Amino acid sequence: MNYEILLPNSGFRECADFIKKNFKEVYYVPPGYRIFDSYIIGVPPIPIAVEGDDVILPYTKPCHGCFVLRIPGKEEAERVRKGK
Amino acid sequence: MKALLLMGCPELPVQTAAALYIANKLNGEGFEVTAAGNKAAISLLLNSDPEKHYIKKVMDLDRCIGALAEKKMETDLCFVFIHSDSGISYLATVRSLSKAKTVAVIFGKDIEQLIEASAGSIIIAAKAVHNPTPLRAQIDGVKSWAALTK
Repeated sequence: MNYEILLPNSGFRECADFIKKNFKEVYYVPPGYRIFDSYIIGVPPIPIAVEGDDVILPYTKPCHGCFVLRIPGKEEAERVRKGK
Repeated sequence: MKALLLMGCPELPVQTAAALYIANKLNGEGFEVTAAGNKAAISLLLNSDPEKHYIKKVMDLDRCIGALAEKKMETDLCFVFIHSDSGISYLATVRSLSKAKTVAVIFGKDIEQLIEASAGSIIIAAKAVHNPTPLRAQIDGVKSWAALTK
């Protein structure tokens, strides 16, 4: 998967705040929301941003903490916009 | 009755010991125990229990979250092992995806904030990194895990 790390190795709350502060188009999804064949891990409400055709989301791994990733994906961006 | 052990990063040695100890208790009460974790956490479990006396079934952590999210899996009791912020995120996710009673098994050096963030779950917590005894004492404080599912 093609992605850019916008915020590395942080806590979930820091990642959520980063997304809310730095992007205009923010949507909220529940934990377990499926996107890019992955399931979002986090404390609800979980912010996901959309910018153009990119999705910006928090990504949690057990050993590395939480990251904010920017992932290009027109279809997924549209799906988030439609609240599906 | 089904129980799920959701393992975190295995960097703290007490996690594997606590998981095996809890699994033994659950097996004694007739639970069907599944352990989910990343490759390293599962490998530590299986190498510690090669004949699967304690852990009968294992699964990849991401697959487990997917199965809970897609409602292809359910459990009565879920133990989430927590020693960092990631553990809190996994606990919140399980609580959102499952009707299971959740147990936050909290360990490490700095546990106060983790305890606070786990409010709403049953909390088993001890300052423990290498020595599992303080955590074991907390686990032993629960006389029946099956009773918590009723």
